[in-house]
Amino acid sequence: MSTRRNDRALALACGALFGTGVCVSGMVRPSKILAFLDLRGDWDPSLLLVMGAALALQAVAWGIVRRMRAPVLGGRFPGPSTGGIDARLAGGAALFGVGWGLGGFCPGPAMVSTVSGATGSLVFVASMAAGMLGYQWLDAVAGKQDEAMTPDAKDAS
Amino acid sequence: MSQFTPASALAGGALIALSLALMLIGTGRIAGLSGVFAGFLRGAPGDWTWRALFLAGAIAAGAVFMLVAPDTFDRVAPAPLWLVATSGVLVGVGTRLSNGCTSGHGLCGVSRLSRRSLVATGVFFVLGVLTATVIGHALRGAA
Repeated sequence: MSTRRNDRALALACGALFGTGVCVSGMVRPSKILAFLDLRGDWDPSLLLVMGAALALQAVAWGIVRRMRAPVLGGRFPGPSTGGIDARLAGGAALFGVGWGLGGFCPGPAMVSTVSGATGSLVFVASMAAGMLGYQWLDAVAGKQDEAMTPDAKDAS
Repeated sequence: MSQFTPASALAGGALIALSLALMLIGTGRIAGLSGVFAGFLRGAPGDWTWRALFLAGAIAAGAVFMLVAPDTFDRVAPAPLWLVATSGVLVGVGTRLSNGCTSGHGLCGVSRLSRRSLVATGVFFVLGVLTATVIGHALRGAA
């Protein structure tokens, strides 16, 4: 029970750390992300330093994880990513890249930026949620069709 | 208009990594933000509370910045709203298809040299730059 409480406290605290990080780094401002992505503008390499600092620390974290048997609060560490490199991965990343380049919003910072009440942030997060829910719905429908097909396939065999 | 802010970029990047690293070491979860949000929307029982709390913590931190330093945020939308809405849908669908965004693939995955994440990150960085530079520049200018 107390593990569960610690688990929840950690999620809240880590969320606050994340929110602080994206505010401090300026990544909550799409104009700053676009200033990096748009090479024709007044180029701002800040995003590279955000990524660089984060990657260096995160690599240390993976090093710590490799020496541990299990997470501190229980559960399991993620295994090596199992999926292959397929059209779904590349196509999804491509759609994300185009969307990122058009609006300059990263999902996490965008959610944090809704506190400003800025119309752009609200429209972005609402349409991102719609995209996710639409995808989940389509995926579920496709999954049901697969299930519906399965008995036939079994009969055939 | 834009300016290079190396110190705050490094400090902010370190805080973002600390958040993701503590979640990983504490609970074994890769708290990529598109995944956290999608799971929050899906609302699966037993897997929902930590996601809601993580997002609440992030938004609460943002609210503090809004009170203390409102200039942290952009007031003006980066592009016409139809373009922002289009980009939102693309980001929503794309991150679900590829299972991650800048934090999940770009930070958590790349730092463990996951081949999937390296490919995804390479693809979205190249397309992000191309789109912003070639298409976005013109479309935003037309706003």
